[in-house]
Formats: sequence, C-alpha cells, structure tokens
Amino acid sequence: MTKEAALTGSAPTTAAAAPRAHSPAVSAARARRWGAFYYAEQVLRVMKGYGWTIVMYGVGQPVAYLFAMGVGLATLVDTGSNAAFGGVSYLAFIAPALLISAAVMTAANEFTFPVMDGFKWRRVYYGPHASPLTPEQIAAGQIIAVTVRFVLQSAIYFGVVALFGASPSGWGWVSILVATLAGLAFGLPLMAYAATIKDDRGQFAMVMRFIVMPLFLFSGTFFPLDTLPLAVRWIGWISPIWHGTELGRVFSYGYEEAPLLTVVHIVFLLGLAVFGWVLTRRLFAKRMAS
Amino acid sequence: MFRVSELVSKESPVSSPAGTGEPQYVITAENLTKSYGEVTAVDGISFRVPAGEAFGLLGPNGAGKSTTMKMIGGVSQRTSGSLSIMGLDPEQHGPEVRAHLGVVPQQDNLDEELKVRDNLLVYGRYFGLPMSYLKPKADELLEFAQLTDKAKSKVDALSGGMKRRLTIARSLINEPRILLLDEPTTGLDPQARHILWDRLFRLKEQGVTLILTTHYMDEAEQLCDRLIVVDKGKIMAEGSPASLIRDYSTREVLELRFGSERNATVGTELEGIGERIETLPDRVLIYAHDGEAALEQVSARGLHPLTSLVRRSSLEDVFLRLTGRSLVD
Repeated sequence: MTKEAALTGSAPTTAAAAPRAHSPAVSAARARRWGAFYYAEQVLRVMKGYGWTIVMYGVGQPVAYLFAMGVGLATLVDTGSNAAFGGVSYLAFIAPALLISAAVMTAANEFTFPVMDGFKWRRVYYGPHASPLTPEQIAAGQIIAVTVRFVLQSAIYFGVVALFGASPSGWGWVSILVATLAGLAFGLPLMAYAATIKDDRGQFAMVMRFIVMPLFLFSGTFFPLDTLPLAVRWIGWISPIWHGTELGRVFSYGYEEAPLLTVVHIVFLLGLAVFGWVLTRRLFAKRMAS
Repeated sequence: MFRVSELVSKESPVSSPAGTGEPQYVITAENLTKSYGEVTAVDGISFRVPAGEAFGLLGPNGAGKSTTMKMIGGVSQRTSGSLSIMGLDPEQHGPEVRAHLGVVPQQDNLDEELKVRDNLLVYGRYFGLPMSYLKPKADELLEFAQLTDKAKSKVDALSGGMKRRLTIARSLINEPRILLLDEPTTGLDPQARHILWDRLFRLKEQGVTLILTTHYMDEAEQLCDRLIVVDKGKIMAEGSPASLIRDYSTREVLELRFGSERNATVGTELEGIGERIETLPDRVLIYAHDGEAALEQVSARGLHPLTSLVRRSSLEDVFLRLTGRSLVD
C-alpha cells in the first residue's frame, strides 16, 4: 500500500473514532431520568479532592473520642453502676451516640457552606442550571453525594467501633443506616434554610454553636436523657441526635425500649428528612428562577 | 416522562410554513415581557433569529439584555408574550430546550475546585454524554480554546481570559447549534478579546447560531450579522450594523474638544454646520457626510477647538441618537 493510500484509508477510521454528541432530545430524556445522579457525580468528584480529610475525620474522630471517653472516662464511670447504661459498658453506651453525632456534624458542614457556594460565592449551581438539569435535580444530586459520604464515613466509624469491641450485637451495622438517616433528618431542613440565605453574616457558625453543640451534649449522648431534669429533657425529644442514638443503641446492643418508641424514632427522623427535602426542592426552584 | 421518539417528532425547528422558502427561525419571540414586581425589565420585545445568524442585543447595563437571555436560556419564566426555541416553549420543555443550547453566562461559574479538563467532562455528563465521547471531545475543545497545556491545572490558576475561553469551551461540549453569550468579553484585555472573537468567528463559520449581548459597539460591529438596540426593556432599532449606521447616523462624525468649560456653550456658535450636533460633557460631535468639510466651516467661523478628529460613524453614534446617552456610562 502506498503512503497516500494508507492515509486515505485511515481517514474514515479516524472520523469514525471521533463520535458525535447524541441529539438534544436524547440529552434531555437522559437528563430527565438521571439528572440528579449526574450532579451527584460532580459533587463526588469535588469531594474526592478532599477525600483524605473525609477518611481522617471518619477514622480519627472515633478513635480519639472512643479512647478518651470510652476508655479513659469509662474507668471512672464503670466503677459506678453499669445498670444506668442498660447493663453494657460505658464504651458500648456512647459508641452509637458518637457515630450518630459525627454524621449530624458532617451534615452541618455539607448542607450549609456548599449551598452558599452554589448560590452565591462561586455560583456553582448556575452552570448545571443552564444545562438540561432542573434545580430540583441539582438539590437532589447534592443530597445523594452527601448521603454517599454519610454511608462511607459511618461505615469507617462503625469499623473502628467494632474493633474497640463496642458493638456487641450482630445487628450493630444497621447503625450505619441510622446515622445516615439522622444526618439527613438534621441536614435537609438545614439545607432548606441555607437556600434562603442571601448574605453570610455568620449564621452557619451560629447553627454550629447554638444548635449542633447543645444537641450533641443534651441528646442522651454521654448519659441517659432521663437523668436530666425535665426542663432540659425536651432538647433531646426534638433532637435528631437523640432519636438516632436511641435507635442506634437498639441495634448495637439490644437496648430495651418500648417498641412504640422505636417506631417514633424512625417516623420522627423520616418525617424531618422528608419535610426538609420538600422545602429544599421548592426553595431551590424559586431561588434559581429569580 | 417523555419518550425519546416522541420528542424527536415534536422537535421541528421551523416556525415558518414549510415550503415557503423563508428562512427557518430557531428563535421566535413575540411581545416578550418580564416584570419583577413594579419593575419591567423586558417590555414587550419581538424578534426572530434564523439558523446560522449571529444576532446581537446591544444596550447599556440594565437594558434588559441579560433578562432576555435568561428567558431564551430556559431558566427564567416570562411574565407574558410568547417564546419558542427550536419550536419548543422553554417553560414547558425546559430540559429539551436547554439540551439544544450552549450557554456562556455573564459571570463565570466554573467549578474552581476541579481541574480544567474535568470541568468539561463533568459538564458533558449533565447532557448524559458518555465518557467515550467526552474524553476526545474535551481534548478537542481545549485545543480550540488554546488551553491544552492547562488541562491539568486548577481553574483558580487561570487568567480572566483563559477562564472565559474555558467557559466557551464548556458551552460547546454538547455540540450545540445555538450558543448564547452574555457579555462574552466584558472585563477582558484587548488581546484576550481578539482571541475570543476569532473563536466565535470560527463557530459562526461552522453554522452555529450565535446570540450575544454586549455593550461594546465594536464587538457588535465585528460579530453580529444583525442586532437589536435595546434600552429600558424596549427595542429602539433593528438591523445590520451597517444599515443601522446608514439609517440613524451620517457617514462621518467630526469630534471637537474645546475644553470642558467651552463645550457646553459653543453649540450655538456651531449651528448650521453638518446635519446634527450632539454636545457631550467632554466633546462636541458634528454629524456630517463630509467631516473635513465641516471642520473647514468651523475654522471659517473663527472657532479653534483644542483637538479635532474626523471618523466614520459607529454604532455608538446610533445609540446616542436613539437614546441620548452613551453605551457605557
């Protein structure tokens, strides 16, 4: 074959190797169906950029807490009565609480600043907004990505807890899902709130200090809720951390509570998550259309 | 949920009766209006854009250009009027309309945490495009945007002009036939603007319909086949840059500077020279067919400007004539 013939012969192959974009109708149909996942993919790519932080947070935090509280503090606490903690060690008592709290704290970060970044700082939502994706799908995509983070982080956390021998029941792994649900129950209403903020005047820091921290401390995390006076016990009742923690305890060491209460925990967490999701969808659509 | 086959059959870009030999309009707007409470940003504008045209919206800041672009882009709901993009109403078929478009927004909204090439890949995914298509396409577009050697850089590290070119490259990832550009070169230095213009020319040559807003008349003259001059939400004039200049201005303009004190008062002494006189704070403009002849008449009256300049009329003059003020305040 001559050189020329080889060249002309190769030309069509090259052309065939450069595929064309599919038609706009196909783009639109795919986006209508999978759009939320397309955006989730983008958020996960960004998260990969700080993947090590996520892993370190997932491993480092439980190790530090479990060691300080469950091993250090426990030497004082366990000399009292184990009965106060449902007959298990202090370590087993606080492990589910720490797992749930970590997810809620992650929610407090992932559903605040990134939302502000999307609407205002770097306006990252407005890129996909010009594509076939809808505002509702952009919101859903971010939620899917954060949910993936909740599951991964909670699984690592649970792994460490299990290594400490702090999850005696065979059903302990279910607390990974409970933590994810608690993260969404707390995070989605917060995401809706974040979508309403036009200027950052430290609102998110306030949420962390005056909502997340009190919930963390007074949600039956380090001591049973009923040891608190009634005047502050309500904090636990409205706290996704308390509902999540109690649920986590049921699975991780067979904590005995009224079955109805278990149902209440699940309904409460699901209800908050659904409420936050409906509100977030609406606020995203409204803000992006203006 | 739509089936693809249904959409393909619905998707007729023709808004003129078939077989009449008239051009196919990809965008048709009639009495398009957008109000925000009491404020009417776009006030009943009508226009049609045939396929392959470079169509401009020229006007000062706040004229309603961006609002119009958002409605065309299917991200902002109109208050009244009708709008059709490729034969589809963007309010009922948002995703379908947006799938046809490439959009370059006024403010860059690239993902600064991702690398340059990843910005293109991720954006292509929003159209459901497979990686087997996106990877070579991203490389091709980086070449087109002269960013190949920046492929692995973070977006943070790019200059303003590079970011703009990346945004344009991103808007082309789905091979759109209509490209919306909202003030594509605002804030860029002259060299960066010329590179961008060159890239836009190439797209036009490939038959891409360009819709662009600008408040630079040189940009409008360079890029647009046809444009509408917009002010306060209304269309003031419509036509090609050359025809607008012919209709609303004279062939030449004589610019005189008498110093800021004198400019305001010298107007009456110049009366009768040229076809029209416009007094601005910094200079006096005399619209005349022959600028040199007008300048001779000025000297003959014993008036001696500090500087004088004869130039061809531009769109700026058209705009000044129509609205009584300059484009960039």
